[in-house]
Amino acid sequence: MSHPGDLRYSKEHEWVRVDGGTATIGITSFAADELGDIVFIELPEVGSSLTQFAGFGVVESVKAVSDLFSPISGEVTEVNAALAEQPELLNSDAYGEGWIARVSLADSAELDALMDADAYEALTS
Amino acid sequence: MSDTGSLLRTPLHDRHVAAGARLVPFAGYEMPVQYRSILEEHRAVRTAAGLFDLSHMGEIGVDGGEAVAFLRYALVSEPGALEPGQAQYSMLCDEDGGIIDDLICYHVDDAFLIVCNAANHDAVLAHLERLLAKGDFDATVEDRSDRTALVAPQGPASAAILATLTELPLEELGYYRALRGDVAGIDCLVARTGYTGEDGFELFCAARHAGRLWDELVEAGGERLIPAGLGARDTLRLEAGMPLYGNELGPDTNPFEANLGRVVKLDKGEFVGRAALARVQQAGPRRKLIGLVMRDNAIPRHGYPVLHDGATVGVVTSGTASPSLGERIAMAYVPAELAGVGNRFAVVVRDRPYEAEQVKLPFYKRQRQEQH
Repeated sequence: MSHPGDLRYSKEHEWVRVDGGTATIGITSFAADELGDIVFIELPEVGSSLTQFAGFGVVESVKAVSDLFSPISGEVTEVNAALAEQPELLNSDAYGEGWIARVSLADSAELDALMDADAYEALTS
Repeated sequence: MSDTGSLLRTPLHDRHVAAGARLVPFAGYEMPVQYRSILEEHRAVRTAAGLFDLSHMGEIGVDGGEAVAFLRYALVSEPGALEPGQAQYSMLCDEDGGIIDDLICYHVDDAFLIVCNAANHDAVLAHLERLLAKGDFDATVEDRSDRTALVAPQGPASAAILATLTELPLEELGYYRALRGDVAGIDCLVARTGYTGEDGFELFCAARHAGRLWDELVEAGGERLIPAGLGARDTLRLEAGMPLYGNELGPDTNPFEANLGRVVKLDKGEFVGRAALARVQQAGPRRKLIGLVMRDNAIPRHGYPVLHDGATVGVVTSGTASPSLGERIAMAYVPAELAGVGNRFAVVVRDRPYEAEQVKLPFYKRQRQEQH
């Protein structure tokens, strides 16, 4: 399994892509595979504040309920509304169409607490 | 990952590993919960065929001159009504009317075969042996679980697939009927039973032949059949409104509240639990197992509270996002006086109430094919 080199990863299997002051977050393809068919996601609300490593939502597969933990702190500026109708995008395109939310980055120093792709690959293989 | 070192394996374990199954502990066995996708496996069973390994289940033979009398005393149903080659869904209850296990009782040749849940196998065996020792019946109870494999092709294409491997007259084999004969040259008991709500079969064979039987079925099935795991089995049975021991059934539930009163034959004479069950039937069950469809976008799960007019009145026993119906469904126990199709409830999901409406069970009923 390969994970994109331009992302940072958390131990809780979330990823973050930083573009200027905006961070896009999602769950990793490893997490999606482990969960199995995802049938529901509880998205955060636009305007809500996320705290690094704190819970911000829930995903449910056919069999199980799992909490989502934000890899980064910041205010939610946008959520991927398509996931409400098509939660399976989390399985099919975890790093693309399966993105979960965009946040305004509160503190870029938090990125240092995350892994690069090689470290994440080592964690999950 | 959990430690699977002490778990038992079915004779098909190597097939599951080779097929890339995700194996989980279940009832003391290491069992496939899914191969590639629960949804894919679920849909295969609804539209074509899925192949299940159910070798973890218990098989107990009951034989002897008074086998019928013994089973009439042990089970809540009337096994005396079974012709050879016929099966019935039944239960073992305790003296208080609580359910020890639900099971299928087959009348095969001159004897009986009990197929029970893997998790209850030890309890069922001990219970039967205790009753046997106490009652002075001319009967024997024999555990055949370890040497028996159970392979189940389920789904609308299963009859056509099985027909390529056997000379048995499958078209004459009705629901809850069983026949002994060769499948792919392997001696099997072929039963038209299942736990999916679809047409399908359960094939019992000697454990040492299970691998070959599995391979032959996979080969004969081609693109119409895929292996299916316990995850799909659970969503399929839930859509079909079939109870699962440990969820809908247990020592604290009786058959009447689980909508299974029809199985209990109070007029057959004395049997274990009769007095208690007669009282339940007379008074009516205090609670009822109902079907719920969520009107809000939240998935009900086992153990979630059920509200009525804001007060907690019951609990979800099983719930899921139904793959076939595209709805979020649940079974739940509620007080009998609140039960009624169309009645409104709420299910508490992550501390918030979400609206649900009671619907008729089962949630899903297959379209029966015309008989030719």
